[in-house]
Amino acid sequence: MHLSETATTGYFFLAPWLVFAPVIGLLVNIIFGGRFSEKVIGTVASLASGASFVVSVLLAWSLAAGHGAAVTVPFLEWIHIGNLELDWAFRVDSLSTTMMLVVSGVGTLIHIYAIGYMHEDVRFKGDPGRFRRFFVFLNLFIAMMMILVSGDSYLMLFVGWEGVGLCSFLLIGFWYDMDTLGRPSWANSNAAKKAFVTNRVGDFGFLVAAFLMFWAFGSFQFDEVFEAAHAVAPGVIVAITLFMLIGVAGKSAQIPLYVWLPDAMAGPTPVSALIHAATMVTAGVYLITRSAELYTLVPQAQYIVAMTGAITALFAATIAVGQYDIKKVLAYSTISQLGFMVAAVGMGAFVAGMFHLVTHAFFKALLFLSAGSVILGLERGHHHAEHSHHEQKSKGKGGKSKVEGGHGAHDRHEEVFDPGDMRNMGGLRKTMPVTFWLYMIGTLALAGIVPFAGFWSKDEILLDASLHYPTVYLLLSIAAFFTAFYMGRQIWMVFFGEPRHEAAAHAEESKPIITAPLMVLAALSLLGGALNLPFEGFHQLGHWLEYTLHEVEALPLDLQVAGISTLLALTAIFLSWLIYGRNPLKAGQPDPLKKPLGFIFTGMENKWFVDEGYFAVIINPFKRLSYFLADVVDWRFWHDWFHETVIAGTYNWLSNIGLNLYADQKGIDAFANWLGTATQSLSATLRKVQNGFVRSYALSVLVGVVFILGYLILKS
Amino acid sequence: MEFLLQPLTLLTFFPLLGVLLILFINAEAKNAIRWVALATSLITFGISLWVLAMFDASNVNLQLVARYDWITVAGWNIQYFLGIDGLSILLVLLTAFLTPISILSTWTAVEERVKDFMIFFLLLEVGMTGVFLAQDLFLFYIFWEFTLVPMYFLIGIWGGPRRIYAAIKFFLYTMAGSILMLLAILWLGIYGGTFSVPDLVALGNIPANIQWWLFLAFTAAFAIKVPMWPLHSWLPDAHVEAPTAGSVILAGVLLKMGTYGFVRFNLPLFPEAAVRAAPWIALLATIGILYGAMVSYAQADVKKLVAYSSVSHLGFVMLGLFAMNPQGIAGGILQMINHGLSTGALFLLVGMIYEQTHTREIKVYGGLWKITPVFGSIMLIVSLSSMGLPGLNGFVGEFTILLGAFGSQAIGNTAYAIASALGVIMAAVYILYMFQKMFLGPQGEIVDEVKKHGHGLRDLNWREIVTVVPLLIFIFWIGLYPKPFFALMAPAVEHLVGMLPIP
Repeated sequence: MHLSETATTGYFFLAPWLVFAPVIGLLVNIIFGGRFSEKVIGTVASLASGASFVVSVLLAWSLAAGHGAAVTVPFLEWIHIGNLELDWAFRVDSLSTTMMLVVSGVGTLIHIYAIGYMHEDVRFKGDPGRFRRFFVFLNLFIAMMMILVSGDSYLMLFVGWEGVGLCSFLLIGFWYDMDTLGRPSWANSNAAKKAFVTNRVGDFGFLVAAFLMFWAFGSFQFDEVFEAAHAVAPGVIVAITLFMLIGVAGKSAQIPLYVWLPDAMAGPTPVSALIHAATMVTAGVYLITRSAELYTLVPQAQYIVAMTGAITALFAATIAVGQYDIKKVLAYSTISQLGFMVAAVGMGAFVAGMFHLVTHAFFKALLFLSAGSVILGLERGHHHAEHSHHEQKSKGKGGKSKVEGGHGAHDRHEEVFDPGDMRNMGGLRKTMPVTFWLYMIGTLALAGIVPFAGFWSKDEILLDASLHYPTVYLLLSIAAFFTAFYMGRQIWMVFFGEPRHEAAAHAEESKPIITAPLMVLAALSLLGGALNLPFEGFHQLGHWLEYTLHEVEALPLDLQVAGISTLLALTAIFLSWLIYGRNPLKAGQPDPLKKPLGFIFTGMENKWFVDEGYFAVIINPFKRLSYFLADVVDWRFWHDWFHETVIAGTYNWLSNIGLNLYADQKGIDAFANWLGTATQSLSATLRKVQNGFVRSYALSVLVGVVFILGYLILKS
Repeated sequence: MEFLLQPLTLLTFFPLLGVLLILFINAEAKNAIRWVALATSLITFGISLWVLAMFDASNVNLQLVARYDWITVAGWNIQYFLGIDGLSILLVLLTAFLTPISILSTWTAVEERVKDFMIFFLLLEVGMTGVFLAQDLFLFYIFWEFTLVPMYFLIGIWGGPRRIYAAIKFFLYTMAGSILMLLAILWLGIYGGTFSVPDLVALGNIPANIQWWLFLAFTAAFAIKVPMWPLHSWLPDAHVEAPTAGSVILAGVLLKMGTYGFVRFNLPLFPEAAVRAAPWIALLATIGILYGAMVSYAQADVKKLVAYSSVSHLGFVMLGLFAMNPQGIAGGILQMINHGLSTGALFLLVGMIYEQTHTREIKVYGGLWKITPVFGSIMLIVSLSSMGLPGLNGFVGEFTILLGAFGSQAIGNTAYAIASALGVIMAAVYILYMFQKMFLGPQGEIVDEVKKHGHGLRDLNWREIVTVVPLLIFIFWIGLYPKPFFALMAPAVEHLVGMLPIP
């Protein structure tokens, strides 16, 4: 079972279509999309992603039929030079198919949702032409993600790894000419750039890990690497795993590289859900799980990974408490939940980590998409309110308002309205009931309330930590408490109380194309726990992953751990009700926690000033050094002073001295004069034929050649 | 006739036929001149494909050899000696490929003295092809120096405001290094009684201390051409002032003459010295990678930004070559091609927008992607290729280079590769900075500025698309399926590695 076999039976030969299907989808939309309506574009893209899902299902089915034996599907010889043999092959095993199913399954749902969402979004932003581009990028993302999870070697994984980074860049910067409120600005493109560059820092770690791996094991192929790892000094493995952790920190938004993810919320909401919550950011967790055989060899590295995850989980959860933007809260929550997963796989609880990855994909996608529905609802409400105001105003002007496609562009609004700010919301339970209930399901799953999916997966992580890593257990438990608290805060602020803005009062529920995919995700968030119930005879995900991972520990439910975590969550929700639910926030009122917590809340609000710290310590010094090198060192010193003054100047000075020396002596003076005249006449003659010193250079080369040849002849 | 019909002779000198034809065309018939030049370069490209078809990659020796005694006096034996092998074939193809593209790019950009321009351009192609094919040191030197002259005029006549200064600096700088190389070549000729490279390599046994000086003399010429840090000072001047087509050829091919020189001459002729120098070259290369990337980031002029990025990219090439293992050298050679494609394309694209706006200042741009979507998308692909995104050509070269350098016994320290890998982050910093400031964000002031003077900015026209699409095809091809490219050079590279006395 250890070494992969080549496919014989089943649908394994379809594996390349995981990637081809979305690529075909995006090519069709690039080439013909100009003539398609929005519906057709969206359908093509969704079908392409759906085809990937169908292939994933067939692969999983074939795998199950073959009792889980890993299969390698060779596809293309990529780089062959020296002893480097790098091929693009697809690896179908229980781990990769799990990822494939999540990515293409959730991905397809989000494609469908995005048809409805982007239809409205491009109109609110005043640029319907970008609808097609969105789906091209989304398909590209699915293709890249599939390369990532299906690659049979670290290098193919890396190809997908960087590829999804690109898609992330393109989609965060989708509205590249504005900020999140639609004003002309560099903000969104800055966020996109920040994400790409931060990810590149992580990729640097990945690359170094890959180099170490190649020169230690002679291969990038998973099986060969794992086979060889046992014979290599642990020091090398520690180095490999820790450099890999840098990559994980970049992609999965862990300390210290998490800073890009909150800014990534600049992307349209479906992007936040798909890329920055459900799939791409979990790639790091997948990478560690994939490298289980390396990590389990070096407990020191495992400890560092687990602590990184646990600290991130708590740290991000504290920031989430102080945020006002509905998506920012979810973003920090994502970082925190990724911390849970990283802690889990760091502790060696790979199944628990993967389990949480899957359930988190369901409920966090649900939450983000529901948040998108809320934002759209507010936008609609805002436009209604604006529209009626505007009509009243423009009556006097003869009603000559420029209206594009029924909606005005944002720049006409006098007051900038932020549809994502929770302080503008309130009472949405009544105006958007469907969204409200969907959001509730997501919240309960995230907070870890029985029997929602999040409870089971989070509990498994906590249980494992309580047994092996007490510090991690403590950190994660506090983080879980915060999680329930900030989600409670959000629910009270968004859906309860009275509307704090007229947009919230006029908010409208979303159409079925938006809510239908949400219902599927809600069902999954409710029932997802069934994937791996901690009872005798269940543990299905564990058994499934056991085909790929070894020594899977199937722990039974521990009532003490489960009880404590449930108690913590309920206490936190109760506390949030006391603060935000009992006395709902009024318009313009500061956060009730601001006063009692003082500077601590200021820190939470301002993300503990980490961005500012990075600017002060890394980014600004880098900029200053760049400018110093470019302007002072390279240009003024090296280019101007050294080349102009020293080299050219010395040359001129020497030739002047030479002339003066000769001029003092009569004989030489005469000679020099003659030489001068001769040269002058010669050069005058030359100047008639041609101009510039290149000709005289050509002449001197000729003279030189003649001289050399003469020397050679005379010498013989 | 037999002499002229040899494939390599034909390939080298065919552009002269175009020059001859153009001489007879009235200087006012600009389009006729353009078409003749384009046709000539296209036929030359066809000949290069014919050479490729006859080329046998598994043979590590020189192929399609054309060899005649040329000047034999006093026991000296200077030969007309052309040959091709796995180390040079890709560069020869690159030269023949980039020349028609560059000519096409001048169609509307060059309106003055078209006749002279095309004559110089075709002469330049003769020189460049000759450099890559010459197997006699003396013949090589002649071609090497010969390329300076047309390039000097291309910069000096059709360049920007400081063109004379840039042209002279380019000329003097490169010449200074060449003179040292000429001395070394003469020494070798006297020592070996021949200028033939394969014969000199076979002869071997040059005393170690002399090898060292000869190595340094050759290095002086090549390092300036590459240019290796800190000898890069001529490059930003030359690039900024050169016309677009000149920049394309300068970055795409002329710089490669330097790196090629290291592979063709320094490694096989002075193997002991080369191994001894490897850590030092690696150090300079690493500094170049990081320094070039940082300085690039701080540029306000987009052409200068691309010029400094070349310093960084060529640093990677040098690092790979002196890793002295198959991954490093093959990656280095492939990266020469990659740099020619990506940076060539960057200069082309920058030239296309410059033609409309007449400014290279980054800060006046902004939001171009919205106004010129095709241009923006192509620029994005080329930028990503330049910063080494997997799936595009740059990654394949950079990755194999870094992998080779990391495990290189000749360099002997992984620190160089790790530090150079930081260049991958910095490349993202300056390339994304450039792309963001020009193509993303709110609309820049130049857009209205251009509108005042006419129709406003337009997207790429068909001629411009035809100019860049061939480059894009190779950017994707090498990125997705580099196997045929590696296959062309692998045997020759492994043969070369076998000759090096690596500890």
